[in-house]
Amino acid sequence: MITPSTSRKLLLTLLGWSVALVIAFPVIWMVLTSLKSETEAISRVPHLFTHVSLNNYVAVQEQAKYLRFAWNSVVVSFGSTLLALLLGIPAAYAMAFMPTRRTRGTLLWMLSTKMMPSVGVLVPVYLLFRDTGLLDTRTGLLLVDALGILPVVIWMLYTFFKEVPREVLEAGRMDGAGPLREVYNLLLPLSMPGIVSTSLLAVILTWNEAFWSLTLTTSRAAPLTAFIASFSSPEGLFYAKLSAASTMAIAPILVLGWASQKQLVRGLTFGAVK
Amino acid sequence: MSKRLDQAFLGLIASVFCGSLAMQAQTTLTIATVNNEDMVVMQRLSAEFERQHPDIKLDWVVLEENILRQKTTTDAATHGGQYDVVTIGPLEAPIWGRRGWLLPLEGRLAPAYGIDDLLKPIRDAASDRGHLYALPFYAESSLTYYRKDLFVAAGLQMPAQPTYQDILRFAKALHDPAKGTYGVCLRGKPGWGENMAFISTMANTFGGRWFDEAWKPQLDSPEWHNALSTYIDLLQKYGPPGSSSNGFNESLTLFENGRCGMWIDATVAAGTLSNPKQSLVANTVGFAPAPEAITPRGAQWLWFWGLGVPSATRHPEAAAAFVQWATSREYIRLIADRYGWAAVPPGTRRSTYEQPQYLASAPFAGLVYRSILAADPLKPTLKPVPYTGIQCIVLPAFPTIGNQVGQVIAAVLVGNIAVDEGLHKAQAATERVVKRMGVER
Repeated sequence: MITPSTSRKLLLTLLGWSVALVIAFPVIWMVLTSLKSETEAISRVPHLFTHVSLNNYVAVQEQAKYLRFAWNSVVVSFGSTLLALLLGIPAAYAMAFMPTRRTRGTLLWMLSTKMMPSVGVLVPVYLLFRDTGLLDTRTGLLLVDALGILPVVIWMLYTFFKEVPREVLEAGRMDGAGPLREVYNLLLPLSMPGIVSTSLLAVILTWNEAFWSLTLTTSRAAPLTAFIASFSSPEGLFYAKLSAASTMAIAPILVLGWASQKQLVRGLTFGAVK
Repeated sequence: MSKRLDQAFLGLIASVFCGSLAMQAQTTLTIATVNNEDMVVMQRLSAEFERQHPDIKLDWVVLEENILRQKTTTDAATHGGQYDVVTIGPLEAPIWGRRGWLLPLEGRLAPAYGIDDLLKPIRDAASDRGHLYALPFYAESSLTYYRKDLFVAAGLQMPAQPTYQDILRFAKALHDPAKGTYGVCLRGKPGWGENMAFISTMANTFGGRWFDEAWKPQLDSPEWHNALSTYIDLLQKYGPPGSSSNGFNESLTLFENGRCGMWIDATVAAGTLSNPKQSLVANTVGFAPAPEAITPRGAQWLWFWGLGVPSATRHPEAAAAFVQWATSREYIRLIADRYGWAAVPPGTRRSTYEQPQYLASAPFAGLVYRSILAADPLKPTLKPVPYTGIQCIVLPAFPTIGNQVGQVIAAVLVGNIAVDEGLHKAQAATERVVKRMGVER
């Protein structure tokens, strides 16, 4: 016999799966398209399973050096995340535990920089990179990406740090801990789930960043976003190959997200219930 | 033993030193290009150029057209020097050349290159004030594709030079949605390189123009009204459903799957449609010139992809050597030897159209040749105009204008607004853009 609570659970499960399917559908469709021929991919009547083939992956691999792009993506996204954490942790610590009357305004100002369209500063940044020799270098892209995610990192860390009881840090201070030890031995371990989820989000954001990576790199430092952009064509069919390239580009970050979903959820709900 | 070790060590040092010297002596050219089939083949064959020039290494940056345009424009405008060779079209070559962003190439060409062998309309479209700023890699005009079997079944005959009245009549006779065949397929997807490429040629041949001699927009003129009304009639009455989302690729798929009685589009589709491996209508496709209305001026478009050398390059000599090689008669011969004559980049050289093997392998070649020669980017319209260019006028503001007008026309096509209302909106949008961006090259 189905009790009301069982049917409620069932309904919620069904609803959960439906929402998950809707969210995941574009990715699933992309993977399916990557296994079709170009003509099938553009067909007006969509087919779910046709002649499944890995030919598009072979063609993509032959046309572009996937590993070089992937390595650049790894270096830039993890490097910029690390740099953003190095700058963001002290900033968030200061704002959370030693606020001034301007802290709130500063936080809002930092966030407001994300509201400006990137193209607005394209020419000055490009000229700066040209004159400092940073065009088409991983270091240059890493710097820009780190600065791009810094407001988000600081905001997230600030929120997580605010959840750490001030008394714990004060007790440490009473025992003679300086600010460095306070952060390293007390704050970081206590807010580790928050830091991990901030890092994961930062990696995902920088992995997906396209504007600067397409503008500031050409070949040596080009990451996977540039790799995807090379498989679109105004004349000729390309949907299947583009889907294969996109699948290859998102695969690493998808695996990372899948493997770390527990930490991500724990981090994002950190402090939600006291 | 120790002496041998010393010798080995010295040998190692010497080889590393020589190796590093050799590496220093090698020039790396960064080439920005699009992902079209002809460019992919060029990339594949670039090892041949490297073999002939062991001191030059090629590094390829392949990008989607709009991204490529944004990146190369930023780099050229700021003299960034990231690219040694850029793939550009008739919109960029003259504008960038005039602004000093590209090196003039005519003085850098070897006598054997045969500059006079390049087709004149293409050379004109790649030049500004007598200087050649891009070497054409491939070029195209537009054609009318039609189904010979459907024409025979309907008792129709395609004239040597169709008019838009003919096309309307044929479309009506061929339209049979119950059997999955639509009278005519045309570009409807909004964009300066999509629906506006086709509609501009229609406006030209109906006697219209984008601007008068004083740069006043002319989109609310009777000529544009006639052109747009015909276009809307064709697609709304005899076109496939959802035409407003059909660009080149979608229309190509429709036609090669036997869904269109006719299709007016780029000559580059002729090879695909004639290939039985790709097209279900390979044996029944017919070719005719692009239709005309009241004037042949500007009835068929002209486009090329060419290779230019940015003035900020650090390797002008090596870059010039590469662009010459990739657009030379020898390169065309190399493609023919490797992939057959049907695969050579079309539309650039007279000598290609003098090859009996090419004419035999591409039955549409003569028509393409005549279409390109008939297209005159310097005199694109019946009435005088202050601009050059047929379907895309050579003006930095044109992509903005073309995109906005393209959106309005797509709204007319889906029935949201009437033709005249659409043209008034298009006129107002063009006036706004001209006021904001100016008409200077």
